[in-house]
Amino acid sequence: MKVTIKYFAGIREAIGSGQEQRDTTAATLGALRDELIALGGAYADSLARGKAVRLALNQVMADESIALTEGGEVAFFPPVTGG
Amino acid sequence: MKKITRVTIQTADFNVADEIAALRAQDPRVGAVCSFIGTVRDHTQGEPGKISSMELEHYPGMTEASIEAMIDEAFKRFDIYAARVIHRVGLLQPLDQIVLVVVTSAHRGESFQACEFLMDYLKTQAPFWKKEQTPEGANWVDARVSDDAALAKWGITARNG
Repeated sequence: MKVTIKYFAGIREAIGSGQEQRDTTAATLGALRDELIALGGAYADSLARGKAVRLALNQVMADESIALTEGGEVAFFPPVTGG
Repeated sequence: MKKITRVTIQTADFNVADEIAALRAQDPRVGAVCSFIGTVRDHTQGEPGKISSMELEHYPGMTEASIEAMIDEAFKRFDIYAARVIHRVGLLQPLDQIVLVVVTSAHRGESFQACEFLMDYLKTQAPFWKKEQTPEGANWVDARVSDDAALAKWGITARNG
């Protein structure tokens, strides 16, 4: 299925892009993260297991166990530091 | 009663007195107004010539929606009349204002609590990221575990820091 993936802050800088479209077979957000890690390079470094990465699906904070949906907007970002 | 925008994300500065006046003018029931203003600290204090700045990034759409949702939650928990949140993004300098939260209620207790609740929520749930520019280079600010603890006292698990 096709999904839109957004990156923010340090992850955006590392990957060098704020947004991309991808075809994926991942069933969950966690599986999509693993798929991106498998690409290697900056993806593997910035999304590595053990790093603090937060996720959102369709602009709502989400756990990795949440199912991906066709046309969904997934975001990967570091812990938030506003205020 | 005039409808006042509850959430604004902007690069421009804000005027605290104007925002408070607008909330009070719409509602004669108000007997208490609490506000919180977050500002950019100067980490280079006492070191002349070493100017640092701060850059704020957000997630357009999700940031506004997440703050709207936390204001809805504040209305459920506290007997308040109005709430207003302004958060700046972009490049900010030491001493600049970053964020404003204003809450109105009949008596002080509810607006004091709602104001703190909104800030505790915002610190860990609203997608903003701070990047500090220092003489040694730029670095993204780390989330603080103490901010998660602050939200936990309202019975909400943050899982941010």
